Amino acid sequence: MNYRKLSIFMGKKALKLVFLLIVVCIASFWIVEQSPIDPVRAYIGEMSIQPEQKAKLEEYWGVNTPAHEKFLNWAENLLKGDLGTSLIYRMPVTDVVKERFAASLVLMASSWLLSGVLGFVLGIIAGMKNGTLIDKAIKVYCYILLAAPTFWLALIFLLIFAVNLGWFPVGLSVPIGVASEDVTFFDRIHHLILPTVTLSLLGVASIAMFTREKLIEVMESDYVLFAKARGEKGSTLVKRHGIRNVALPAITLQFLGFSELFGGAVLVEQVFSYPGIGQAAVAAGLRSDVPLLLAIVIVSAVFVYSGNLIADMIYEFVDPRIKQQEMRT
Amino acid sequence: MSTAAVTANRGLFKGFNLRQKTILLISCLSVLLLAIVVSSTFIDDNALSTDFRSKNLAPSLEHPFGTDWMGRDMFIRTLGGLGLSIVIGALASSISTVMSVILGLLSSIGKIEDSIVSWLVDLFLSIPHLLLIILISIGLGGGATGVIIAVALSHWTSLTRVVRAEIKQIKTQDYIHISRNFGRSRWWIAKNHILPHLVPQFVLGTIVMFPHAILHEASVTFLGFGLSPHQPAIGIILSESMKYLSAGYWWLAFFPGLSLLIVILAFDMIGENMGKILDPKRAHE
Amino acid sequence: MTDTSQKSDEEKERSEALLKVKDISLSFIQYASGLRQTELKVISNLSMEAYSGEILAVVGSSGSGKSLLAHAILGILPSNAKLSGTMEYNGHDLSQKKKEELRGKEIVLIPQSTTYLDPLMRISSQVIGNVEEKNKDSRKKLQREIFQKYDLKPEVEKMFPHELSGGMIRRVLVSTAVMNSSKIVIADEPTPGLDEKNLNETLSYFKDMASKGYAVILITHDIEAALKISDKIAIFYAGTILEIANTDDFSGEGEKLRHQYTKALWNALPQNKFRAIKGHQPMQDEVLDGCFFYERCTTRGEVCSKCVPELKLFNGGMVRCNNVS
Repeated sequence: MNYRKLSIFMGKKALKLVFLLIVVCIASFWIVEQSPIDPVRAYIGEMSIQPEQKAKLEEYWGVNTPAHEKFLNWAENLLKGDLGTSLIYRMPVTDVVKERFAASLVLMASSWLLSGVLGFVLGIIAGMKNGTLIDKAIKVYCYILLAAPTFWLALIFLLIFAVNLGWFPVGLSVPIGVASEDVTFFDRIHHLILPTVTLSLLGVASIAMFTREKLIEVMESDYVLFAKARGEKGSTLVKRHGIRNVALPAITLQFLGFSELFGGAVLVEQVFSYPGIGQAAVAAGLRSDVPLLLAIVIVSAVFVYSGNLIADMIYEFVDPRIKQQEMRT
Repeated sequence: MSTAAVTANRGLFKGFNLRQKTILLISCLSVLLLAIVVSSTFIDDNALSTDFRSKNLAPSLEHPFGTDWMGRDMFIRTLGGLGLSIVIGALASSISTVMSVILGLLSSIGKIEDSIVSWLVDLFLSIPHLLLIILISIGLGGGATGVIIAVALSHWTSLTRVVRAEIKQIKTQDYIHISRNFGRSRWWIAKNHILPHLVPQFVLGTIVMFPHAILHEASVTFLGFGLSPHQPAIGIILSESMKYLSAGYWWLAFFPGLSLLIVILAFDMIGENMGKILDPKRAHE
Repeated sequence: MTDTSQKSDEEKERSEALLKVKDISLSFIQYASGLRQTELKVISNLSMEAYSGEILAVVGSSGSGKSLLAHAILGILPSNAKLSGTMEYNGHDLSQKKKEELRGKEIVLIPQSTTYLDPLMRISSQVIGNVEEKNKDSRKKLQREIFQKYDLKPEVEKMFPHELSGGMIRRVLVSTAVMNSSKIVIADEPTPGLDEKNLNETLSYFKDMASKGYAVILITHDIEAALKISDKIAIFYAGTILEIANTDDFSGEGEKLRHQYTKALWNALPQNKFRAIKGHQPMQDEVLDGCFFYERCTTRGEVCSKCVPELKLFNGGMVRCNNVS
């Protein structure tokens, strides 16, 4: 019976995703088409070129093809699973996205976990010690982190740990095309630490603040009052009732934060020259690589959607309260 | 049973109660932000002229934020950048607020309108904020207009949700039903009964949106999609500073970013305290 | 405020009250709109006593702060509450520290609704409570016995609170009170929304507890239910107690009752005159100098508007009124 409910749920969500992607594709294609920026100019920069060369490049970029024709071509290929060729990397967009997104996933996943765990712990401590000095310190820390521009934090970290202390390389770039055998596992980890820490800082603040508020709310609830009336107190009280009731909403929130995570990754990757999808997005945007940019938009939409989907599933299938209400009606 | 106004006499401002302290804090921060904007408009072009005799100087009394590779004073550049950021943030969040008002009221008209609005909200939230801003900014060809519109178009969602929820709650009140029974049109009710209740939400919503707008503007400018390199924006300053990091010119990045952080914090605190005045339940903390 | 027992020998043996509440007042500091600070007084100069083996009902209208009286006795008031006055338990001062020691053990609470159960914890874990690992098995056994006694099926143990019906919740909450060898049971509104059968059943649990020697404090707005099982009725009005009457005093047209308000309550019952009293209770933020009942009293004198009458002994009960002597 539950499997039936799950399949109906997933079916609905899949349909929604398809519809959403169609709209996202049309809308982003249209937006990019509106751009007054000359793509060839954007690609070659200030360099001067011969008119014949320019005409050739314009043809390569498809400048003179009508928009609807371009869209139909692109959409048709998209349905066949072909995302076109990246103009700046000169290889299939699918390959670029695969390689870049894999790198970004490692970065995002590790900082997602780090920020989740650290934020939750900090939030619980602050909530437990509500009003004390520790609470205030954690709160100030969170406020500052939330107000700090991500890319500036990245710059400062780079300054301190790479330039001054020399613990990490300044140019972290591993150029695309370098044989993966040349990059050791340790190298990868080494290159990952600073971006991960930077990216997780932002997430720590929001999850800690949320956990804190939620814990305070739970600790003021009737059931905690009753637990107190029954002699429970201190950390056992928080463990038995606080964490139990805060954990699920906090995990849900963490899944809903995929959008912010992706945005943060774009900035962090740019500063640390981390070869991920964010950096590719910036390059594609700056140099008018429309096929690559559109592909990244689609991938990011799917990424955000899956985060929301998991959050919905926790809400629908994991929380016992919801399960029960469904069964009653 | 007695009502007594009790003044809390603790902390820094003895003799002030919490209300006065909150208002004092809001005023001080507002004056600070206003001072930044006003003084940034008075910056003399001479102050930013190139002077290669004093290039790449570390912070000193004469140049508190140091100087850059063209000998320009970083404090003045930062001040100009902050002023620009605040103005852009103000424009973008005002546009966003107007959009939220219109869409929020639209959603109150009927079921179909409501589902269109919530679908739009979902659509705009489906792509990461930053990517959306980049996309729109490219579509508009970059520059100040591009950034302002891009930021405005990506920040209306949360306030619209708040407005929508608030309207739903107001609509259950009796006087709305009575008004409808008297044959008032939906727009008339929206305009005369619902809108006035939402004014505090708009004020607060705009203030809360401000820091996000500023941060996003700085971010896209930093990435190269926003303001042009000729404008004295914080994003531009920081992206330039990246070239000089390995040279050890730390002040080029440190002070401008820190100043931006302080401005954002100031806005956050104004929003937080305004919220406390409007919703006293939160003041107990 | 001395003891009130001038009755049977049996009661004289336990003449010393187990719990004495002396002259307590409770107020809250609150922030109103625009951050103006106000003090809200919810309990003023309240005194009462609870005896082992007896049921004392505290009767008052909903939302008048009766629950806070229970929370004050247990020491679980929120941090912005200000409590004054004294309490004695078993002849010793009941300080906040002492309350923390005793609560859940000797003094237990039966809360009013399902919101007092953790929504994400299974029923048996909640009833057993937080215990050391080595005591778990014996507690589990005890819980099974209690569930059997209260007609709760074994599968209830594994359920979550929202899966239970109102009647089952009630029995689960009562079970929590008998898990320990407690001496005082404070039941906060245990009977709202129950049908006749469930009501009588719930009341019988309290009767049963009292007969086993517990001191039961029944906080309720339902005077009829209270009259069915209580030994004494305390009338809670505007944050204080206007009268403490014996249950037998509620008879006829209420001639034996001491306070006008109690008489009015008695006569408002459907089986009596079914006549409601005019007016309403003073609001919690109103400034009152005189008798709290002044506005609605028909026999008020000039002195009544100036000072609050003391709670005094009269005809085997207590009353707070200037007109009786």
